[in-house]
Amino acid sequence: MTARVLIADDEPNIVLSLQFMLKREGYEVLVARDGTEALETIRREMPRLVLLDGMMPGLSGFEVCEAVRADPALEGVRILMLTAKGRETDIARGTGAGVDDYVTKPFSTRELMARIRGMLA
Amino acid sequence: MRARRRLLLAALAPGAALAVWLALLAAVLLLLPGQDGGGGGAALAAVLASHGAAIFALWALGAAVFGWLARQAALRYLLAPAQLAEGAALLAEDAGAPLLPEPGHDPADALARAVNRLAMDARATHAEKERMVAEASRKVAQERDQLGALMAELQQSVVVCNLEGRILLYNARARALFHRLTAAPNGSGAAGGAELIGLGRPIHAVLDPALIDHALEGVRHRIARDEGAVSARFVMTAPAGHLLQVILAPVPSHDGTAALGGYVLLLDDITQDHATQSRRDRRLIELTEASRRSLASIRAALEMLDYPDLDQSERDGFHAVLRDEVNAMSARLSALTEDASQDLLSRWPLQDMPGGDLLGAAARQIAADTGQEVEILGADPASPDPLWLSVDSFSLVQALAFLAGRLGPGATPGLRLAQAGNWAHLDLCWPTASGIAAPAGWQAEGVPLGGSASTVTLREIAERHGGELWLEHDRAAGLSCFRFLLPLAVETGGEQVLPPRPEYYDFDLFAPGQPGHALDDRPLDGLTLTVFDTETTGLDPTGGDEIIQIGAVRILNGRLIQGEVFDQLVDPGRAIPEASIPFHGIRPEMVRGQPRIGQVLPAFHAFAQDSVLVGHNVAFDMRFLQMKQADTGLRFDQPVLDTLLLASVAQPRQQSYALEEIAARLGVPVTARHSAAGDALTTARLLLKLIPLLRQQGIVTLAEAREAAEKSYYARLKY
Repeated sequence: MTARVLIADDEPNIVLSLQFMLKREGYEVLVARDGTEALETIRREMPRLVLLDGMMPGLSGFEVCEAVRADPALEGVRILMLTAKGRETDIARGTGAGVDDYVTKPFSTRELMARIRGMLA
Repeated sequence: MRARRRLLLAALAPGAALAVWLALLAAVLLLLPGQDGGGGGAALAAVLASHGAAIFALWALGAAVFGWLARQAALRYLLAPAQLAEGAALLAEDAGAPLLPEPGHDPADALARAVNRLAMDARATHAEKERMVAEASRKVAQERDQLGALMAELQQSVVVCNLEGRILLYNARARALFHRLTAAPNGSGAAGGAELIGLGRPIHAVLDPALIDHALEGVRHRIARDEGAVSARFVMTAPAGHLLQVILAPVPSHDGTAALGGYVLLLDDITQDHATQSRRDRRLIELTEASRRSLASIRAALEMLDYPDLDQSERDGFHAVLRDEVNAMSARLSALTEDASQDLLSRWPLQDMPGGDLLGAAARQIAADTGQEVEILGADPASPDPLWLSVDSFSLVQALAFLAGRLGPGATPGLRLAQAGNWAHLDLCWPTASGIAAPAGWQAEGVPLGGSASTVTLREIAERHGGELWLEHDRAAGLSCFRFLLPLAVETGGEQVLPPRPEYYDFDLFAPGQPGHALDDRPLDGLTLTVFDTETTGLDPTGGDEIIQIGAVRILNGRLIQGEVFDQLVDPGRAIPEASIPFHGIRPEMVRGQPRIGQVLPAFHAFAQDSVLVGHNVAFDMRFLQMKQADTGLRFDQPVLDTLLLASVAQPRQQSYALEEIAARLGVPVTARHSAAGDALTTARLLLKLIPLLRQQGIVTLAEAREAAEKSYYARLKY
């Protein structure tokens, strides 16, 4: 069985690479372009993992995370936050909001893949 | 008179005493029985018959001699001391009184000499005291003037207040700052903030009293704990949204106790700095985050390209990502550099100056240093629209002189200035044909600044300006140049040019106020007075005539405050009748774009708050103000004085009480007759002349002045 992964990011350039890589790794990949779409897709498709960008138009990644954690029906959804905000305060906020892992842009795709595999194992 | 009688008595007394003695002798003779058994009367008669004439002659002689002696004694020992005592008493009162005359005999002479010596000593002491007082006063005045001059030149806004928050002293910067505070969009801008700053005015109009109390509280605690630095520092938002950084330093009270007498406020408008700082920070964060995102896309795309089995379209897709992100990063960086260089300018204090002045100064310095004449190639100083530069002129002039010196005497240096976008090129040129070359490493050479040992490199001087410096060859003109890229001055709306040294202080206000003291009981020269005048479109406020100008000056404790003038044209919202123009000289185009009375009146109300209103024939002006009461809700309900009425009290037998007539009679110069501010000034000077005249009639307090004015003949006429 293939795990379902949602990429939520408003930047097509990073989505292109992540989508390519995850597909090559054999995952089923969904894409959302903003926070609101991401939350809808999560509720509808129940992905195992969300690669969530911190800053998106509409709902920010942090707000999406808060909404997911507030909803008991979405308990099994793991969240990996990808963000350009690298300050301590941002990481604290993400952790507080309930992300499972936090990766600062830019990142190594190999390392990211390793973390994803770990989270889905 | 009494003295003469005493002398007469003294002269007659011996004669009388001798007569009494003779009478007693005669009585004894009468009573004793005679030797011949006859009565004493017979014996007495016999004596009188034989020696009567001789006895009378002797008595007369004795009376005259002893009378003269007694008179002399009385002169010496009674009259002279009494006269000396009177003279001495006078001298004791006033050492300047005439010295005692010596009566010409001792001991009165000795006494007079001693008293005179004491008087002379007292005179000398008094003169010395006077001299010391004069010296001390002169010193105080000098120190005040120095303080005033120093404060005027300070780059920081300084305001000194007493504990009640009334302003005792402020400098030109503070005034300019307060002007800006009202010039902000939500201030009315009327009269340029004159209603906010002024001697004796409350600082609370601008600074929240709660914040000041809080700061004072902290200062008192620190003083009580005997800490070194007792000043308080805080940032606050001024009414018009400006961000002010305030340092509050305590002023000890006069009595030498730990109590405060007032405080000094150092104010800095950090709105601009703060905005620049925030903008810089925000930009930095934005740049970092955007770069992280771009790098993430680039790195991911690069790593995808490592997959060996990509097809061509996938490969093209990742290449497109790389190109896209690299371009985006370049664009972001160049936008940032552009912006940041503007912000960097604030790092060194630069002054705005016309480029022509800078070239002139540089040419003079070069001529002084090297003896070479300098040709000014560009920037005609007389040009109508000169370039304004934002520069550290001193270091630049030194740098140019230094560079000219390094060129040597081989060629005549030229200076030129030209605009290049937001920047200016300042060139020090020489003919390329002269073959002179710039010395290697010239940008790193140190320029001695003035006579001081410290040197700054040419590059550092360029960086101070956020600018650049290079060697350029202008082949078309055949010139080689050292070129400075310098920032142009940015229009900031300009600080108003202020009169050089207005009176910005009144230390008498340090004395505690008399809060419970009714205005009515205050002397006229102990009041705050707003002397004002209005110009109007006509004489009938109920018939639609309107105010077109308000002018006012202030008198504080009997002193006309220079430099605190309210002078504002008003758009009446109606035509100005041609017939009225000769009376006020205000043409319709002058009031165009001026604020309406609804904006001006609040500012004037604030300007006149806590003061007594004064005007000449003021009932007229008051009617115009009162007409606006319903619209603006502003009541001018303070006491009012009329100089026309006061003049009629002070000089009741005059033909005319027109402003210029009284002014001529009292020797008051008339300024700008029939402009509101000019008339207000004349009226104020008039009032200051009237106050002493009224005092001679026993009219001292406000209540007395109002009462006398009401009773005057003119007050009974209806305007």
